[in-house]
Amino acid sequence: MLKLKKDVVVIGGGPAGLAAAVKVFDNGVEDVMILERDFELGGILPQCIHNGFGLHHFKEELTGPEYAQRFIDDVEDRDIEVKLDTMVLDVSPDRKVYAMNREDGFLEIEAGAVILAMGCRERTAGAIGIPGTRPAGVLTAGTAQRYTNIEGLLPGKEVVILGSGDIGLIMARRMRLEGADVKAVCEILPYTGGLTRNVVQCLQDYDIPLLLNHTVTRIEGNERLEAVEISEVDENLKPIPGTEERIEADTLLLSVGLIPENELSKKADVVLDDRTGGAIVNEGRETNVEGIFACGNVLHVHDLVDWVTQEAEIAGDWAAKYVKGDMRRSDSKIKINAGKNVSYVIPQNIELEDKDRKRIPLYMRVTTPLTACEIKLSADGEELYSFNEPFAKPGEMLSVPLAQKTLNDLGKIEEITVDIIEKEGE
Amino acid sequence: MSETKTLTCVACPKGCEVTVKYEGNEILDIQGNACPQGADYAREEIIAPTRILPTTVAVKDGALPLVPVKTTKPISLEIIHDAMKIIGKTKVKAPVKIGQVIIENILETGADVVATRDLPKKAG
Ligand SMILES: Cc1cc2nc3c(=O)[nH]c(=O)nc-3n(C[C@H](O)[C@H](O)[C@H](O)COP(=O)(O)OP(=O)(O)OC[C@H]3O[C@@H](n4cnc5c(N)ncnc54)[C@H](O)[C@@H]3O)c2cc1C
Repeated sequence: MLKLKKDVVVIGGGPAGLAAAVKVFDNGVEDVMILERDFELGGILPQCIHNGFGLHHFKEELTGPEYAQRFIDDVEDRDIEVKLDTMVLDVSPDRKVYAMNREDGFLEIEAGAVILAMGCRERTAGAIGIPGTRPAGVLTAGTAQRYTNIEGLLPGKEVVILGSGDIGLIMARRMRLEGADVKAVCEILPYTGGLTRNVVQCLQDYDIPLLLNHTVTRIEGNERLEAVEISEVDENLKPIPGTEERIEADTLLLSVGLIPENELSKKADVVLDDRTGGAIVNEGRETNVEGIFACGNVLHVHDLVDWVTQEAEIAGDWAAKYVKGDMRRSDSKIKINAGKNVSYVIPQNIELEDKDRKRIPLYMRVTTPLTACEIKLSADGEELYSFNEPFAKPGEMLSVPLAQKTLNDLGKIEEITVDIIEKEGE
Repeated sequence: MSETKTLTCVACPKGCEVTVKYEGNEILDIQGNACPQGADYAREEIIAPTRILPTTVAVKDGALPLVPVKTTKPISLEIIHDAMKIIGKTKVKAPVKIGQVIIENILETGADVVATRDLPKKAG
């Protein structure tokens, strides 16, 4: 077994891992290594060939591969060590990383700090339990995206999409452009899970119907999918008898959610948050296990890669500080609570000392669509201040700053709660 | 008779709801946009909607069978399917460089179709 020692090991070479590694390096910790199981860097981005990336970070609209290329160039310019085709198998709480590849065989790397950046995986048909057969032609939207955009294989000709997450919407357009008949996108909720711009550009542009309050209630076909039955659902999301409709289709794409990929994190004793499916972190994106950090889709599912980059840079900064011995914890830990209409807030804790910072950005999602709302911060039950937002949607992340000055003025507090409420009379 | 349409601006992921009042091709009023891009978008969306077209082109002897491409400018939504037909008949030889022009001035739109990644030759 090959044994190595590194200041920082980054697991995953997607946008999160790349940006984190670059940040670590730029903070003077140059002994950093990226481990990636795929044959190339970039994570999910090489298959996301559509435009819409980078508007926040680069102030220009890029496609997924172009966005990835910028960070791959940054990694190459710094000669940051990368091991491709390398699968990480295990991480221990004392930061030993075990991996495998053809060239080195088994690897054991003792790391000063570890950054988890493994991304997420898609929920599958099994995970949502649709009755009926399991013929070929039922696949996740991300898998279909890989076939269509990387391997050059069109998954089918008559398509129904279940779930209106971004990947489903993007694939509706993609398959339509490649000549498939996309018959409908069914969404069980009364609103879409994807970005509004994707509903416009991917469905409305091509007259693809979006059926809200609808789900797939049956799958038909033996070897290959022949048809799906869809039904309208009631307020409790239960199919309404008598509303069934049969649609002939050879392909059903599932875009029913992403789950952070935390098998490795669990092995390292990292504690996960039920709401995000990712680790519970402090403002440096450090998990409960000292010196193990997390960022990107492995921490919580992001809709925009720009936010992934921001988060990865935070993790990279603090991982570098940790390795240099510059990371100090304050004697009190402030818990950040997700209050009314808030599904989660990242970070979950604030506990690091930083004299220079002006503010700590809090990232959050709402549980349900809201209009004319107010994001209210309170400390131990007392209201601090609030921000107005014209609207908030579960599919789109919100960010508000928590001022360091406010924290200094408050002195010792236990918790900060974020509520998002609709203003009355509007 | 004037008409009113509420559009979701796609200039950025913020997704402002912009309300446009118009009569034929004449814009009477635009509301709800957070920035000037929103007004431009709404105007164009009523008169002649355009989009960037991202797709793929077949590659000969590449490390992968396809290379992703995009139009350098938004092109009219009406001719997207015609553009797809032309792009579908195109094949390039590896290696391909990011930014490399694959089709010049597609359908006289003034937009080029360019590669959006590097693609090396197939090993061996
Ligand atoms: C289909 C799709 C469409 C999207 N569209 C948009 C869009 O239009 N605009 C936008 O801004 N954002 C979009 N996003 C979001 C954005 O692409 C993601 O948020 C971003 O890629 C997440 O980055 P990441 O580095 O956390 O994860 P990933 O990109 O998933 O990278 C994780 C990497 O870790 C590697 N890895 C995992 N486990 C291991 C292991 N055990 N050992 C070694 N390596 C491992 C994986 O191979 C992968 O390369 C989209 C996402 C998806 C999935």
